[in-house]
Amino acid sequence: MSTALWQFPGGLVLPAHKAGSTAAPAQAAPIPDRLTVPIAEHPGEAAEVLVTPGDTVRTGQLIAHPKGQRGAAVHAPASGRVAAVEERRVPHPSGLAAPCVVIDSDGEDRWVEPAAPLSDVATTDPASLIRRIRDCGIVGLGGATFPTAEKLESAPPATGIEMLILNGAECEPYISCDNRLMRERPGAVIDGAWILMRVLMAPRCLIGVEDNKPEAIAALEAAVAEAGFEGVGVVTVPTRYPVGGEKQLVYTLTGKVIPSGALPAAVGVISQNVATAAAVHDAVRGGRPLIERYVTVTGPGVAQPRNVVARLGTPIEALIRLCGGYAENASRLIMGGPMMGFAIDDDTVPIVKGSNCLLVGTAETFPPPQQALPCIRCGACADACPVALLPQQLYWHARAGELDRACEYHLDDCIECGICGYVCPSHIPLVQYFLYAKSEIAAREQQRRQAELARTRYEQRQQRLERDRLERASARQRKKAVLQHKSRSTEQKKAEIQAALERARRKKSDTPGSGGRSDKR
Amino acid sequence: MLDAILALTALAAVFGALLGYAAVRYRVEEDPLVERIDALLPQTQCGQCNYPGCRPYAEAITRGEADINQCPPGGEAGVQALAELLGREPKPLNPENGETKQQPTVAWIDESVCIGCTKCIQACPVDAILGAPQLMHTVIRNECTGCELCVEPCPVDCIHMVPAAAGVAGWKWPFPGNRAEAAG
Repeated sequence: MSTALWQFPGGLVLPAHKAGSTAAPAQAAPIPDRLTVPIAEHPGEAAEVLVTPGDTVRTGQLIAHPKGQRGAAVHAPASGRVAAVEERRVPHPSGLAAPCVVIDSDGEDRWVEPAAPLSDVATTDPASLIRRIRDCGIVGLGGATFPTAEKLESAPPATGIEMLILNGAECEPYISCDNRLMRERPGAVIDGAWILMRVLMAPRCLIGVEDNKPEAIAALEAAVAEAGFEGVGVVTVPTRYPVGGEKQLVYTLTGKVIPSGALPAAVGVISQNVATAAAVHDAVRGGRPLIERYVTVTGPGVAQPRNVVARLGTPIEALIRLCGGYAENASRLIMGGPMMGFAIDDDTVPIVKGSNCLLVGTAETFPPPQQALPCIRCGACADACPVALLPQQLYWHARAGELDRACEYHLDDCIECGICGYVCPSHIPLVQYFLYAKSEIAAREQQRRQAELARTRYEQRQQRLERDRLERASARQRKKAVLQHKSRSTEQKKAEIQAALERARRKKSDTPGSGGRSDKR
Repeated sequence: MLDAILALTALAAVFGALLGYAAVRYRVEEDPLVERIDALLPQTQCGQCNYPGCRPYAEAITRGEADINQCPPGGEAGVQALAELLGREPKPLNPENGETKQQPTVAWIDESVCIGCTKCIQACPVDAILGAPQLMHTVIRNECTGCELCVEPCPVDCIHMVPAAAGVAGWKWPFPGNRAEAAG
């Protein structure tokens, strides 16, 4: 399908390095003996664990319930016994540990009774479809792992969504998992797209695929023709990193610019990764929760680069072994691509919902970062920036700790694509500075919120103490009044008795001669 | 000559009356400076400044009783911000008020030891401890400011200060370069 396309500013054509891993079909990875499933694979609060060590679980069983905003359900990726619920190292740039459910597989892969398939999507109401997507723990599989149900709900009900965009651009070098998925399961992608269109009431859907994946484009076009869905189009976009960035792809396909700080829904568009669409298809048509994904295992440091379909929680080293193991000169392991991925120093950590690629570099292809030289203000970074930011200015401010100034230069719009550092002739790790500044700003913001909360609670406590004090004082006052009343009444009584005595005495003196008292005397 | 004097006198009288009226009519009850100082303070409510909370300290600064370097949780950055607001020279923290923590902490009650005496609940300046006499106490982690005021009153020493946001959620990307170079 040919449509008018727009070209975002900057960007680069990078060497793709994808041929190695796309040649062979994806291989199903065997279920490992032990799976480690982090319960916070999504950006929100950690899910609430529903199992305890010793429990028997079945494949697809809910093991952690989503909690709070941006939470996602977690399911057992294999049947077996829960060995532990504890902190384990997870794939994260920090290399730190996070709460995980560790499952010892029984090797039988016995499934729970899957939820009833919702085969008649056209008549099912969107709310139940969204509920199904949420129950199946589906998150954005492009890497950001934003809960899909929440994204679908972000559609403004008033204006609605004009267009669903499926992101099959996969622009980062080396990564090819979406390519293999589109070639092997085009029907699932297209059907997932159709379900998502139905949820969003979107009349149109464009699937953006880079022009270096002709087989995937052909497969999707054939699937669209076969299914006969109205309004679904496959669009070939030029290969230019980072065309797969959400805002970049939306602009490329529609010419719409998503305002700073806003979601695509603000311009009537929602974008989803193609793998997410396939997962939605599995959830709705088959009742299958998200427990496996396509992972590219590639790079010059792997013996046989290829794609694998692995259960979530599978240790990285098992997947590397499946692909022939490390090459002799392998030097570093990266999760994600060469531009946006992060280094991992421990290959026993598991793959998670957001793990699209395992890249093993060698010293020749991925040399250690060069010594950064002073900025020469050449402006190459600004020319290359796909968001039209001024990385140089951001760098000065981030480096000097002037975070407010960095924000004024729209630091939050940085998509961390890494192009600025890639083109920098002084080898300044620009993105690292921006990541540092962003996380510092987030921490300060958190601190500010915390201080606000503490202030409110302190003030409320002071008010409470004051109220208590006043209440106590008034209680004391009342008590005193009652006591005074009491003491007054005793005096009154005394006076009354006195008066009575007085009367009696008077009576006596009034009637002399009567009575025997005087006689006694 | 006389006209000019009269005109200016009349103007002065009119504006003087206006200003006088405005001062009475639009009088601000609260001292806005207190608010602004309070906004810069970390709201730990720890009392290390020798005042019973951040707001009392802010009031004391406004009255000129307290110096700006008495808030260890605010750290040097806090002193800097106060100095900037008040147009004074920044100075190092007064060591008599304590040291800035390297890492934020929160209180944690060892529930196997707690006897339910409620002393910590009474000490907590932000009501972040939940419990009742003879019943288990626990710290609402999210609302604890890490002021440590509950540690001292505990008769069985069951309250410990633990790192506030450990793990992945509290992790920050490190500064990529060399700090000294950045300062230069």
